[in-house]
Amino acid sequence: MTDLRADHLPPSGAPVRLWGRALKSRSLVLGAALTLIFVLAALVSFLWTPFDVTGIDIANKIKGPSARNPLGTDHFGRDILSMIMVGARVSIAVAFVAVGIGMAFGVPLGLWAAARKGSLLDEVIMRGNDLVFAFPSLVIAILITAIFGPSAVNAIVAIGIFNIPVFARLTRSGALTLWQKDYVLAARVAGKGAARISVEHILPNVTNLLIVQGTIQFSLGILAEAGLSYVGLGAQPPTPSWGRMLAESQTMISFAPHMALFPGLAILLTVLGLNLMGDGLRDLFDPKLRGRS
Amino acid sequence: MSLLRIEKLDLDIGKRPILRDVSLSVDPGQIVGVIGESGSGKSMTAFTVMQLLPEGAVARGSVTLDGHDILTLSEPELCALRGNKVGMVFQEPMTALNPIRSIGDQVAETILIHERVSKTEALNRAREALARVELPEDRFPLTRYPHELSGGQRQRVVIAMAIALRPKLLIADEPTTALDVTTQAQILKLLERLVREDGMGMLMISHDLAVVSDLADEIVIMRSGEVVERGPCPVIFSALQHPYSISLLAASTHAPDRSVQVEDTPLLRVSEVRRSYRTPRKTLFGKPGAFEAVKGVSFDLKKGESLGLVGESGCGKSTLTRAILGLEEVQGGEILLAGEPVFTGHSPNRDVRRKMQVVFQDPYGSFNPRHRVDRLVCEPFHLLDTPPTGKARDRAIEEALTSVGLTAADRYKYIHEFSGGQRQRIAIARALIIKPELILLDEAVSALDVQVRAQILDLLADLSDQFGLSYLFISHDLSVVRVITDRCLVMKAGEIVEQGPTEQVFSNPQHPYTRELIAAAPDLPELA
Amino acid sequence: MLRYTLTRLLSLAVSLAVASVVIFMAVEILPGDPATLMLGVNAQEDTLAALREQLGLNGSLWSRYLSWVGGMLTGDFGTSYTYRTPVAEMVGERLWISLPLAIYALTLSTLIAFPAGIWAASKRGSAADVGVMGVTQLGVAIPNFWFAMLMVVVFAINLRWFSAGGFPGWDKGFWLSMKSLTLPAIALALPQASILARVMRSSLLDTLSEDFVRTARAKGLSKRQALWRHALRNALIPVLTIIGLQFSFLLAGGIIIENVFYLPGLGRMIFQAVSARDLIVVESVVMLLVFAVIAVNFLVEISYALVDPRLRHGR
Repeated sequence: MTDLRADHLPPSGAPVRLWGRALKSRSLVLGAALTLIFVLAALVSFLWTPFDVTGIDIANKIKGPSARNPLGTDHFGRDILSMIMVGARVSIAVAFVAVGIGMAFGVPLGLWAAARKGSLLDEVIMRGNDLVFAFPSLVIAILITAIFGPSAVNAIVAIGIFNIPVFARLTRSGALTLWQKDYVLAARVAGKGAARISVEHILPNVTNLLIVQGTIQFSLGILAEAGLSYVGLGAQPPTPSWGRMLAESQTMISFAPHMALFPGLAILLTVLGLNLMGDGLRDLFDPKLRGRS
Repeated sequence: MSLLRIEKLDLDIGKRPILRDVSLSVDPGQIVGVIGESGSGKSMTAFTVMQLLPEGAVARGSVTLDGHDILTLSEPELCALRGNKVGMVFQEPMTALNPIRSIGDQVAETILIHERVSKTEALNRAREALARVELPEDRFPLTRYPHELSGGQRQRVVIAMAIALRPKLLIADEPTTALDVTTQAQILKLLERLVREDGMGMLMISHDLAVVSDLADEIVIMRSGEVVERGPCPVIFSALQHPYSISLLAASTHAPDRSVQVEDTPLLRVSEVRRSYRTPRKTLFGKPGAFEAVKGVSFDLKKGESLGLVGESGCGKSTLTRAILGLEEVQGGEILLAGEPVFTGHSPNRDVRRKMQVVFQDPYGSFNPRHRVDRLVCEPFHLLDTPPTGKARDRAIEEALTSVGLTAADRYKYIHEFSGGQRQRIAIARALIIKPELILLDEAVSALDVQVRAQILDLLADLSDQFGLSYLFISHDLSVVRVITDRCLVMKAGEIVEQGPTEQVFSNPQHPYTRELIAAAPDLPELA
Repeated sequence: MLRYTLTRLLSLAVSLAVASVVIFMAVEILPGDPATLMLGVNAQEDTLAALREQLGLNGSLWSRYLSWVGGMLTGDFGTSYTYRTPVAEMVGERLWISLPLAIYALTLSTLIAFPAGIWAASKRGSAADVGVMGVTQLGVAIPNFWFAMLMVVVFAINLRWFSAGGFPGWDKGFWLSMKSLTLPAIALALPQASILARVMRSSLLDTLSEDFVRTARAKGLSKRQALWRHALRNALIPVLTIIGLQFSFLLAGGIIIENVFYLPGLGRMIFQAVSARDLIVVESVVMLLVFAVIAVNFLVEISYALVDPRLRHGR
C-alpha cells in the first residue's frame, strides 16, 4: 500500500493538456522559436536570398554590417546573411540525416537487445556499441575522409555512425525497464511474441525518450558538422557552410571580426535553441524530472 | 505531561490541503498507532513532527515535543533534535541505507553528529546499538555493507540508527509493510521491546489495522487529512463511533459470500514441477551454480475451486505462477490444464493458454498508458484464432466492462483516468474477455486499500458464481487467502509443505512453518 | 575486486583486438591500390612498388595484420611516407603536446564543474542555480573552436596577454609552454565543464531525493552534511563516466583546437596526414587514440568499484 507516486502517473496526459503545458514552458517556446527561425531561413534560402552567394563582388569586400548587408560581407564581397541562410541548409541537413541514421539503426538494435536481454545477441550488440564509442566521432570522420575523401555525405555518415550506439543504448535501457512492467507480462500471457510486444508496448513508451535525445543529438550533429567543415572535412566549396565560413574568417579575424562573429552566433543560437527545446520536451514528458537537467 | 502533543495541526503543500485540524499526543512509554488508507495524511503527520517536509509545505497549529515547539524552531535546532530526541524508522529498508557506507559507520554517524566523541567510542556504541537490535557483531561485523543484508536485517540497522542515542520518541512509518509476515512479526516484537526497555514513546504509522491493534496502547484513525477517531486500544474497537472507522474495520475482516460448486474433475494439474536457475559464477572460471526455485511441486485445482497459494517472498511462488502461465518452461514434471499440457515441445500451447488469464498486483503498472481501455481489455483476443471484430468485439468489451462494475462508456478512456481499484477492475475485465476457466490472481488485491480490497473480493466471488470460474489465488497475505479460498497450499523454499481445506489449515496447522506463519500474522480484534 | 578487475581487463583486451581489426580492415577496404592512392595516379611504377613493399602489401591479409599489430606491440608503428621518419618517433613528440593539453583541459573542466554543479544542486531553484544553468546552457551550445577564435581576438590580439598560437617547446621553459596551452585548454574545457556541471547537478539532485538521504536527515544531519557525506559519493558514478568520455573527446577534440592555435600536436599531425594521405600515420594514430579511449574507460570502470562496494564484492 504505497502512496501515489509521481512515477505512477502516466507519461502523458490527454494531447490537449500537453499542448497547453507546452505553451507554458518558457524554454520549450524559446527553443522551438530559435530552431524554427533557422529551419525557416534554410527553407527560404531555396527560393530567395538577399544576394547570390556565388557572386563575387570585390568592390564590396570585407564590409561591416550596413543597411545593404545587415551582417556585412566577406573577403569576396559575398553577403554574409545570404551565406548563413544557405549554410543553414547543410548544417541542418547533415545533422538531421545523421540523427535519422542513428535512430534507424540504433532503435531497432536497442529494442532487439532488450528483448533478448542477457543473451549472446544482447552482448554482441552492446559490445559493438562500446566499440563505436571507443572511436571518437571526429576520429571516425577522419578515418572515413582519409579513405573516401572529404564531403558532406561522409560527414553525415561519420556523425550518423556515432549516433547509432547513443540511440541503441538509450532504447535498450528504456526498454529494459518497460519489459519489467506488468502490462508486458500481460501481453506475453496473451501470447504475443517479443517482436510484437516491442512494437506495440515498448516502442510507443520510449518515443518520448527518443524525441528528447533526438533533439540533443541534432544539436550535437550541428556542432560536429561545423567542426568538420572548419577543418575542411565537411561540405566542400562552393557550398557555403558555417564551419568553413569560420575557417575562412580566421586569418582576417584581427581586422574583420564580423566575419567570424555571425556564423559562430548562427551555430550557437541553433544549438542553444535545440538544447532548450530538448530540455523543455523532457520536462513536458516527464514532469518528475522538471528542473533536473 | 505528554512527550509529543500535536494540536490543531493544519498542513498545506502548495495550495493543496494535506492535514486539517489534527490533534494527537504520545506519552512516554506509550505506543500510539496512526491508521489510515493511502492519502489519509498519516505519513505527513509523522514528517511534520520530524520537520522533513517536501518543499512548499506550510504547517499551522502546534507540535510540542518534549517541551520544544517544533514549528518555531530553527533548522539547526531541529537538527539537534532529530536523531537525538526523536528517531525515525522508514517503510522501505532496501533503500533507506546508504549503499556505499558500512553499517557500523552509518550507525556511528548518529552518535558522531550529536556528541563530541571519538570515532572509536562512536563505533563501540554503534556495536552496542546493533547488538540491541539483534545484529551481534560476531555474525554481523560493523564492516558489512547494506547489500550484504536481507530486508529485515537492514530494517534492524535503520532501527539501530534511530535508537542509538536512546531518543524519547520513536516514529515508525509503515516499518514492516515491505517485509514478509514472519519478519514483520520479529521487527514488531523488537520495536515493542525497545520501547518498553527505554521507556520511549512511539508513534507507529500503518495502513494495517491488525498490525497496529496488536501493538498500540492508543489508536488514531485518519481519513483524508483529518482524525476521525481516537481512543485507547483495544477498547476503541468495541465502541467505534465514526461510520468511517466502522466501515474500515468491517472491510478489514470482510469475507465475501460465496456459493461454491466444486466439481470433482481437476482443471489444473501440476505434477512434480521443477525449475532451477543458473546463478553467477563464484570465481572467474568456476562453474555457474544452480538455484532450485521450485523443487518438485504437485497439486490439483478442481473446477470451480478457489485455491490459495501462500508463501513468503523467495519461496518460489512467482516462478511457479510463471510456469503455469506458460511464460517459462519447466525442467521437470508437467502442468496440465483441462487435461492438456501448457507446453507442447518448447513452445506454449495456445489452446491451453486461452483457458487461463491472470491479474497482477500493481494496478499502476498493469496497463500500457498509451492505449485506450477498449484496446487494453481486448489484448487476450490475440490468443483466439478468429478474434471477434466490429459489433461482436464491441459487445464483448461492453460485456466485460459491465460485468466488473464499470460502464460501457469507460472503453473510450485512458487508464490514467481511473483509480487503483477501478484499474484492478479493468484488469479483471481484461482477464474475463476471452471467457477463461481459470484466473490466476497474483497478489491481485495486495496493493489496494482495505475498503477497495473488500469490494474487489466481492466482485471476484460474484464472478466465480456467475461464470463458474476457478481461481488460483497467490498471496503472501494470509487474511485474504483465508476469506476467499476453499483450499490452500503453503509453500516454502520451493516446496509445498502443507495443503488442505483453508479453514482446516488455518485452525489446525500441521507443519511447523505453517504454524509459524499463522502465529506471525497479526490478529484483528473481533467486532463487538 | 580481483575478479572484477580481471573481467574488465579481459574486456579491455577484446575491445582492443576488435578495434585493431576494424581499423586495419577500414584501410584494407580502401577502393583501389593504397599505394596509388597515396602517391597519386601519376606516380612512377618503381616508387609504387617500393611503397607497396614498405606497406607490406605483398603479403597475405593475415600476415599483414599480424605484422602491423606485432609492430605496434613492440613500439614499431612503421615509417611515415611523407616525413620518412618512424611514426613512433613523430607520435612521441606530438603526444607531449596533446596529452598535457588534454590533462590541462580536463583538470580545468573538473575544477570548474564540480563546485558549479554542487553549488547549483544544493541551491536548487535559487538565482545561483538558474545562473549556473543559464551559463552552462550557453557553454554546451558554443562551438569550442569559435570560442577559441573569440578568445584569440580578446586576449591575444587586443589585450596581448597570450600569444595567438604556436608552441615554444618544453625545453624553452615549463611555464612558458603552459601559458601557450592555456587558451587552447580553456577553449576545450569550457563546453566540457558545462556538460560536466549539468551532469553533476542532475546526478546529485537524483541522489538527494533518495531514501537514504532522508534517513541521514532523520539522524540529525543538516542538508549540507547530508549532501557532502551521503549524496556526493553516490552521485559520482555518472560523473565519472562523463569524465572518462571527456578525456577521449579532449584527446581527439584537440584536432580542431590545435588547428586554431597552430599547435604541433597529435591532432594536427593526423589532420596533415589525412591531407597527405599518409595512411600509415593515420592508421597508427587512430589506433593510439582508440587505445587511449579504451584504457581510460577501463580506469573509469575500476574507479566505479572504488566508489561502490557492491561492485567490489563481485555483483
